Amino acid sequence: MSAEKKRVPAVEGWFTLDPEKPQLLGTRCTSCQSYFFPKESLYCRNPACAGTEFAEVPLSRTGRIWSFTNAGYQPPPPYVPADPFVPFAIAAVELEEERMVVLGQVAAGTGVEDLSVGMEVELVLETLYEDDASEYLVWKWKPVAH
Amino acid sequence: MAKDVAILGVGMHPWGKWGKNFVEYGIRACRDALADAGLEWKDVDFVSGAETIRNGYPGFVSGATFAQALGWSGARVSSAYSACASGATAMSTARAHILAGICDVALVVGADTTPKGFLAPTSGDRPDDPDWLRFRLLGATNPTYFGLYARRRMDLYGATEKDFAKVKVKNSRHGLTNPNARYRKAFSEEDVLNSPIVADPLRLLEICATSDGAAAVVLSSLEYARKRTSDPVRIAAISTVTPTYPNTVIEMPNFGTDSAHSVGLPKAPFRDSIAAAAYEEAGLGPEDLNLAEVYDLSAALELDWYENIGLCKPGEAERLLNAGETTLGGKVPVNPSGGLACFGEAVPAQAIAQVCELTWQLRGAAGERQVEGARVGLTVNQGLFGHGSSILVKK
Repeated sequence: MSAEKKRVPAVEGWFTLDPEKPQLLGTRCTSCQSYFFPKESLYCRNPACAGTEFAEVPLSRTGRIWSFTNAGYQPPPPYVPADPFVPFAIAAVELEEERMVVLGQVAAGTGVEDLSVGMEVELVLETLYEDDASEYLVWKWKPVAH
Repeated sequence: MAKDVAILGVGMHPWGKWGKNFVEYGIRACRDALADAGLEWKDVDFVSGAETIRNGYPGFVSGATFAQALGWSGARVSSAYSACASGATAMSTARAHILAGICDVALVVGADTTPKGFLAPTSGDRPDDPDWLRFRLLGATNPTYFGLYARRRMDLYGATEKDFAKVKVKNSRHGLTNPNARYRKAFSEEDVLNSPIVADPLRLLEICATSDGAAAVVLSSLEYARKRTSDPVRIAAISTVTPTYPNTVIEMPNFGTDSAHSVGLPKAPFRDSIAAAAYEEAGLGPEDLNLAEVYDLSAALELDWYENIGLCKPGEAERLLNAGETTLGGKVPVNPSGGLACFGEAVPAQAIAQVCELTWQLRGAAGERQVEGARVGLTVNQGLFGHGSSILVKK
């Protein structure tokens, strides 16, 4: 891994790049205040709301595990696997304020045996894959150290 | 009653990995269904195809593909894509044509040829497509979501790995002599629990494979059916409902759920609403069921469905399973065909295949897997992107 590689998001505009305290970026309907992730920016999905204006909002950095699993086999493309493939965990995390569940891979080195439903986790950024020029970053969930 | 249509004929091409074009499978299923109905292709007024998208152009227009392959007859045509629920949508379109008096006889068909391994998005970079992005950013396959539901079930209700294995064992015994099933082997709990983890806590033998296969049904108005048979099996309801906002359970291919922040939790989760709509339409309830074919994409998901279709209260599915109530010979056998556990999934054919099984069961023609005295059966299934699917069949 070269120190000169650029660190760029694997997807544009879905999270902040704060290396210490990154946050997912969603939107909030300015009429009914519903949250959306990924961002909704055209028409509010709440059928009782006619809202068409949205504010970009950072989502809660921490939440509790709703459920979790792992990838025991290498996922097919367009996933770009490590070579050799290393199984990884995936968590569905409940955000208390937003009252929604958001998926993410679990930080490298943490397996399903380290996880439990209800566990508190926080958002971190890690490299999803890299090429000669760049490291592509993605959000992951990591158990909060107590 | 006024909404009922008759199932005059059913046909399937056996499930497997045959490596042939899906049209060949579909034609076989159509011809068998027509023969079963005692009808000829020229008697069909309307062809309703369930689509698949991985077969390229002909798969996108399955209705016309099969109409051409059977020989252009001028029949009206429609094709429907609703992922795993495509068959139910195609059936719903056919029923609507019959009930509207636009046609007397409709042929509904779905067929698939699947690639090896995980179902994956079609190739090409599509960073605006959530189904592409979930593979790219999360490596989230379909079993990822099944694994999340299974783990949640263990946490909420104390389900065990052994419970999940027992579902597979049951279904593998049910499908043992089903001539259309791909896997005809009686697995033991030990076999299941020794298979490798795919998506923790789910193992290889607990996750449905992808298969080639085809299924077709011939539907008609009751009036037309009366001229040919005295007591046809009927479709009493077809549910093709979408979720209601907010959908607070994480679903394929989504990254997140809707937010309940401003509107509160929904009255019922999406999966509860699917069969509920079919019951309401038919004026029947779970207590009327003699059997059910549910979408066991994973062994654990079958247990969720017991609760979703009202066979028991939330958290009681393991008790039902362990008491043998959902095994052949029990109170309400579930997946007497062997289910996806014995078939693997042939996406556009699967919801139609569920109806084929119920039809054989209600005719008393299901051989060794016959549910004695079956008169009312329910299918339930859910397609990616928000497609509910449930069909109530009665004698």
